[in-house]
Formats: sequence, C-alpha cells, structure tokens
Amino acid sequence: MLLSIAWKNLWRKKLRSLIVIIAVTLGLIGGILSAGIMAGASDQALQDALNDYVSEIQIHHPNYSDNYELRYFIDNSDEFNEFISNIEGVKSVTSRVKILGMANSPVNAVGSFINAVDPGTEKTVTNIYKRIADTSGTYFESERKNPIIISQRTAKKLNLKLNSKIVITFTENDSTYSGGAFRVCGIYKTHNSVYDEMNVFIRRSDLSKISSLPENISHETAIRVPVDEDMETVKNKILEKYPDLSILTWKESQGYLAMASEMMDKMIYIFLIIILLALGFGIVNTMLMVVLERIKETGMLMAVGMSKFRVFKMIMYETIFLSAVGGVVGMLISAGLLRNWGKNGINFPGMEEGFEQFGFATHIYPALEPDFYFTLSFLIILTGIIASIYPARKAVKMNPVEAIRTE
Amino acid sequence: MKIIEVTNLHKIYNSSEVKVHAVRGIDLSFEQGEFTAVVGPSGSGKTTFLNMMGGLDNPTEGKIFIDGINIGELKSSKLTDFRMKNIGFVFQAYNLIPVLTAKENVEFIMHLQGRSKNERNERAISLLEQVGLGDRINSRPNKLSGGQQQRVAVARALASKPKFILADEPTANLDSDSTANLLDIMENLNREENITFIFSTHDARVVKKARRVVTIEDGKVVSDLTK
Repeated sequence: MLLSIAWKNLWRKKLRSLIVIIAVTLGLIGGILSAGIMAGASDQALQDALNDYVSEIQIHHPNYSDNYELRYFIDNSDEFNEFISNIEGVKSVTSRVKILGMANSPVNAVGSFINAVDPGTEKTVTNIYKRIADTSGTYFESERKNPIIISQRTAKKLNLKLNSKIVITFTENDSTYSGGAFRVCGIYKTHNSVYDEMNVFIRRSDLSKISSLPENISHETAIRVPVDEDMETVKNKILEKYPDLSILTWKESQGYLAMASEMMDKMIYIFLIIILLALGFGIVNTMLMVVLERIKETGMLMAVGMSKFRVFKMIMYETIFLSAVGGVVGMLISAGLLRNWGKNGINFPGMEEGFEQFGFATHIYPALEPDFYFTLSFLIILTGIIASIYPARKAVKMNPVEAIRTE
Repeated sequence: MKIIEVTNLHKIYNSSEVKVHAVRGIDLSFEQGEFTAVVGPSGSGKTTFLNMMGGLDNPTEGKIFIDGINIGELKSSKLTDFRMKNIGFVFQAYNLIPVLTAKENVEFIMHLQGRSKNERNERAISLLEQVGLGDRINSRPNKLSGGQQQRVAVARALASKPKFILADEPTANLDSDSTANLLDIMENLNREENITFIFSTHDARVVKKARRVVTIEDGKVVSDLTK
C-alpha cells in the first residue's frame, strides 16, 4: 500500500513531476548517447588497431624494440610459425621482416618502417588489404616487379600516385646501405594517421633480392587469438618453448590502447554519475517542496500510528519513482536511438584530421553493452535513494502535534 | 471499566520569552463507553490535554495510564505502535489522504496493523456503510463534502478497533446538518457498540449530546458533570 500511495502521490502535481521526469529523461538521453558514442569510438579504435596492425600477440627478439636493429631477429621463422599455428586458440599467424629505413621520391623523403610481408598469411592477420580503396590499387596483386604499398599520407608527402616509382633505402648490419626501386601498387588508409605515416609494405621475396639478411628470419610475428581469454594461455605456451623471446599481448605492447579502453569505461560512468548527481539535486529540491506541502498530512500519518521508518520509506519510494520513471523513459529512447545509430553509424565530417591523430574513425558506430543498462538502472535507483534521504529526514523529524496544526 | 486514568497532569511550554503553563494538574479518569465532551474557551488547554492523552505530546509532569499502561514510559516507536493499536483520532480538518479513496483511507490503518487484504476490504466497506457512505467507497476526498469527509475520518478512526476515540473539535468545520448527522452516527456507535468517544469542543450541539461534560479553564478542570 505504501508503494501505491507513493505512486499516486507522484501524480498529485502532474506538471511538477513531469518537469522533473523530463529533466531526468533528457539528462539521461544526453548521457547515454554520449556514453554510446564514446564507447563505440573507443571499441572501434581498439578493434581497428587490433585488426589493422597490432594483433592480439606480437613476438620480437627481446632487443629488437630498443632500436629496431636488423640483427635482432627470430630465426627459423617457418618452423616458429608452424609451432604457433598449432596452438589451440590461435586463428592465424604471420611474420614480417621489419626494417627502419627511408622512402624516397624525387620530391621528398620520409622515415618509414619497411614491412616485408608474406601477403598470403598477412591477409589472414591484418586488414591492411581492406584499407585499399577500389580506385587505389590492389594488395600485391599487380604483375609488376617490386610492388610496394604505401599510405595515402605517405603518397601525399612524397607526391606519389599509383604506379609511381619509389626508392627505399636502409642500413644493413655492417653499416652499408641497401635499397631498391619499387612501384606503388596500392595506397592504403587506416584510421590512424601516425601509423599510416610510418609504414610501407613490400613482399618478403622482393626484400631478399636487395638485402643480405638471411632467409627464413623475422623481426615481428603477429598472432590473432579471437577469444580474449585464450590470449594468456597462448602466450604462456609460446613462452614455455621460447623463453628468451619478447612475447607481448596487445595490452602489454600497446599500453595506451588498453589504458584508453579502460579509461573510457571509467569515464563513461564518471560522466553519467555527474549527470545523475546534477539531476539528484533537482530531485532533492522537488521532494523538499513535496515534504513541505504535506506537513499536515505527514503529521496525521504519524499521529495515527505510521512509524517514522514507514514515513521515510514512503518518501523514498516516491523519490525513486520520480527518478526511475525518467530513467526508464530515457533508457528506452536512448536504446532505440543507439540501436539505429549502431546499425548505420554517425558521421563526424570535418573532424578527420583530429580523430585520426588518435586512431579514431570519423564514422562511429555507437554501442553499449547490455550490462551498462543494468548498472545504469542501479545508479538511477541509487540516485533516488540518496536524493530521498534529506527530504525524508525532514519529514520524520516533524512533531505530529505541530505538523497537524500547520495551516 | 476504567480505560484512561490521568494523574496530576502538567504541561509547560518553554518558549524563548515566556513560559506557558497550558495544563495545571489535571486528575481525571474515563470509563469504557463514555461519550464525553471536554469544553473550555480557546487557550484553556483542552487540545493540549487531548494530545497528551493521545500520546502525541509528552506531559511535563504527571502520568497517563491507558488500560493500565503508563504511556509516558513508552519509547517513541512503541508509543507510535501503541497509538495505532489503541487510539482512534478524528481531526478538525479531517486530514484524509487526498490520493486515496474513502475505502483506501479507512483501510490504511489496518494495512499499518498488518491485517489481511480481505479483512481490510470487508471491514472498510462495513465501517463506511455504518457511517452512511456505502455508496461513496470509491470516492476521493475532493469529491466528498466536509461532513462526508469527517464521516470517513470517523470510519478510519474505528478501523483499528481502538480502545477509545479522541476527536479534536470534529464539528468545527461543518454546517448544522452535517454536524447533526455526524453526532448521530457517533452517538449510535457509542450506544450500540460501546465505543468510547472523548471530544474537545466549543460546539453547544456536541455538548448537548455528550453524557459527560468536563470543563477546563486555564489548564484546570473547573467542572466535571455527568448527565
């Protein structure tokens, strides 16, 4: 019956309750949509990074990452890859020779990682081949000699087009220069402009023609492990057999990505808690008005035997209803909008430059996990409970005799 | 059977500037089945006296025994519970819950007492029929006249099966017809069901109906007449 009274009390002053409910609804729509966009952008950036260039696990010689020196390679690359691909949980594996060198055109030169890849296995690990637009060439499908794939940014900097000639140079272990001329067969573009500026791709078979590096070596082995929980198991299995190698999961090698993802999760909740806190003050104000308007009635209730605890509960239920109605409406509208935007995405035109500096796409697919709504529901109810404390305390502190006399 | 016994009751209000001695040593007792009016001019202390008997206000000095229990010794939560189980209240301004229907208002106290839904429902309807509102059980207070609202308040006061009913100027806001009607209902309940009523009032019509009239002036009982 207390619940029923609280619910009916909510609609005594319809306009006032509706104003608060609309405020809660709008506040939550803003918060949830922003959270959805932030979460979607963050998740997309992480997935893009994993799919385009990071992979779940990367393996290097322990000294390689210090200065990217060519002499720090993994030997017997084929046998190594064979071992890895047989581990349960591994979807695909590829190895690269990765050399820090220069990409030169007649007009300019840029420092770049020259990734010598095996196109067949590379396609099973990274999505760079999907990042080449239809009009921007192919992923090593050209018949021409010495094909190279460069990024749109590199192409712009070096003033290159498809089929343009480019010369790559690098320093061999004995400090002699090596290099060769290549033809641009594909121009890619990921959502990370920093990565794009720093990476070009050639075939491993072509590298061996211009370098004295031994055959069957690699500087970087990238492994895809689709199930997150398998990552550590796979890593440990490799470590057991190759304890001297540097084997890092993406969370270890790309600390900023893991941190950004974790931070985004926390930011979303902090953001929502601030919104709920602000709404909570509005609710406290409204409930205080309610308590002051019903002094006489509350006095009567206490006089006829309603305990202070029950009076407290009645005010608390009404406050929870006030926040929960707005909360449910806000969540339903937001969930509907997010469902639609999640399918079609939202574009942020003109923000490409800024977004891509941080690895974010400009076409974002907002998304929120179902458990977000559970947590949010809990937070909304908690807001109602907290917002009810002060008005409810005011109510129970009333002296029934004085309250009944109030005009 | 004595149900209320008041001994040497005093109430002093200490405001910042003046001390108000509202009740000055009242000794009274009330028997089961009384129909008593407590009368006196405004400020005589009759409402304070009733509030103390109802456990709503604490005496500064003296004791109130209800069915042998000294209510001054009860803690706040026990006293609230005691009020709910033993005392019915009828207020001058009716004080019904505006969002509830007449029946729900009557049921409310029984809900606080933890009675079953069926019992609540049956008793609420029966009480409303007793006060002549059987056809208005689903009306909200704002759809009822002042007299009808006060009759709902009487039904509500009876709902908890109290030992007695305290009515603080119950007819003050009513017209003559409503007053007569309400008094008849209360008198019938008193005669037929032996329900004890104690009123504070200025109303001569109430005094006329009462079988015992206690007059209070300046916080003291100046007369106690049984007709």
